[in-house]
Amino acid sequence: MSATSNNVISDKMREAINGYMPRYPSKQAVTLPALHIIQEEMRCVPQAAIAEVADMLELHPSQVHDTLSFYGFFKHETTPLGQHRLWVCRSISCMLRGGEELLVELSNKLGVKPGETSADGKVTLEFAECLGKCEGAPCVLMDDECHGNQTLESVLALINQAGGHNGR
Amino acid sequence: MADSDLALFARINKQDSQAIAGYLADGGYEGFKKALAMAPNDVTEFVKKSGLRGRGGAGFPCGLKWSFLPKDHPGPIYMCVNADESEPGTFNNRILMEQDPHQLLEGIMISCRATRATTAYIYLRYEYGRSFRTLEKAIGECYAQGLLGQNINGTDFSLDIYVHRGAAAYICGEETGLIESLEGKRAWPRVKPPFPAVEGAFRKPTVVNNVETLCCVTHILQRGIEWFQSIGIPPDPNNPRDPGSYGPKLYQVSGHVNNPGCWELPLGVTARELIDDYAGGVWKGRTAKAVVPGGLSTGFMTNAELDTPLDFAGPGRVGCLGLGTAAMVVIDDQTSMVDVLYNSCRFYAHESCGQCTPCREGTSWMMKILHRIRTGDGTPRDLDLLQEVADSMGIIPGTTICGLADGAAWPVKNAIQKFRPEFEAYVQNKQTSTDPIRELVGSH
Repeated sequence: MSATSNNVISDKMREAINGYMPRYPSKQAVTLPALHIIQEEMRCVPQAAIAEVADMLELHPSQVHDTLSFYGFFKHETTPLGQHRLWVCRSISCMLRGGEELLVELSNKLGVKPGETSADGKVTLEFAECLGKCEGAPCVLMDDECHGNQTLESVLALINQAGGHNGR
Repeated sequence: MADSDLALFARINKQDSQAIAGYLADGGYEGFKKALAMAPNDVTEFVKKSGLRGRGGAGFPCGLKWSFLPKDHPGPIYMCVNADESEPGTFNNRILMEQDPHQLLEGIMISCRATRATTAYIYLRYEYGRSFRTLEKAIGECYAQGLLGQNINGTDFSLDIYVHRGAAAYICGEETGLIESLEGKRAWPRVKPPFPAVEGAFRKPTVVNNVETLCCVTHILQRGIEWFQSIGIPPDPNNPRDPGSYGPKLYQVSGHVNNPGCWELPLGVTARELIDDYAGGVWKGRTAKAVVPGGLSTGFMTNAELDTPLDFAGPGRVGCLGLGTAAMVVIDDQTSMVDVLYNSCRFYAHESCGQCTPCREGTSWMMKILHRIRTGDGTPRDLDLLQEVADSMGIIPGTTICGLADGAAWPVKNAIQKFRPEFEAYVQNKQTSTDPIRELVGSH
């Protein structure tokens, strides 16, 4: 299918997705890379994009949806990510050093529950399982950069320093 | 270990430790060149003879795993690098990838030479963004230097390495779950056999190795078998089936210690040595009530068990699941084991992939029973119920496809058996604990 103005997935995203094709012996293996490219740009994976990915990868839309829905990572179009995604680790090493309390403090300060986006659209707050920075517990993941030894103040500073989504 | 004895961590504090120029100046890729001059089977035999055991958790002998590949297969053969490091408490792979990516890439190249794999996928957990960018840059440098691509160094050996990013699911660290995820499917582990060596990624023979294991391969080729076997614990002469615990290991310590961190030490250091000599002792002048020896799945050791050597055989001798990832989590004497176990059960309930009923239901019910106990509604019968559920799930009782369930059950078994009086007192006194996250979101 050629790209037309009716498509949800832009030509630029299509080009990026097609760039992954030579890496794998099957087109289906490009599912996760494609979903990452779409969500990074659109802050969610819209329903229409699932069908378009299926079309690009010669799959049935239900196959793409099956994979997408297995990972809690991808957001539905009704609950897109804000400009930044902030994960607060709640697993054992962080829990022992105040990770859960940090999440509650952030929730109160930002006025959102885990899973929700701040009113200004800047940050989506979520809990995470072990982020692999246990020597710096409690830690948070801002987009895909992990920061250790965090406090409420240091996380708020991280949020303040973060620019708009495309400015980072 | 003295700095001069370090291998895996020899370069991590150097300036620009990620750049290929420094790696080459330090003798990097000499191991790969050695492997290129050898016949593939000889490389496999060499690694087999070294006694290297997998560092990802199971401790399976690495060279033996490679030797399960079919002989004279027309190809393609795939290598999958397990960089999905997600076991709670574990972080050494992240340091290796962020600080010395070429050490890993060289290990991949040697291993692909040995196994005749022509494509390697580094399956990297999404959360490791810095590792992703570091590896992409390092791979680019290798192509530019002619260390990757077609007919490397004028030989008949060709190799491509790609980084494949996951999407935040613990089960992708199980090697067949990883393969399913790589193929673009839900990460449901496969029934084995066939094992990946016979039918793996894209239905072709596949080797799956952990990041730290592959970094060890680099040094085994560079420094030799004698060097590797001069470190660690030799096989038990009274047990012909014991492959021993040779080589260096990256031990991680987190939780209630003064100085959490990761240290390269000979296999066989004790938990007490790690806490006192490296991690600065238990924080706030307290003592350790319990210690997770090797990532949450391995269960708990009591304070009285802290002199257990952390080699491949040690934790098993005190009832733990194994050495796991050698990621120690220290729990101080002011912390409730009920709260610790609830945290463990919540993790596995969240991460069970849902394919096998005993695990999907069992992990969830263990969490719910602990929630009941923590809201003051538990009964002594609940402790037996927890034990019963834990005993009924996993590869060991034969009810699940993969080991996630065994790893979920083990902390429960150890906690109830080793800390039963504390659980009984908690239930009898109708103690309660809060779950601030549950209060916020209304569910686990």
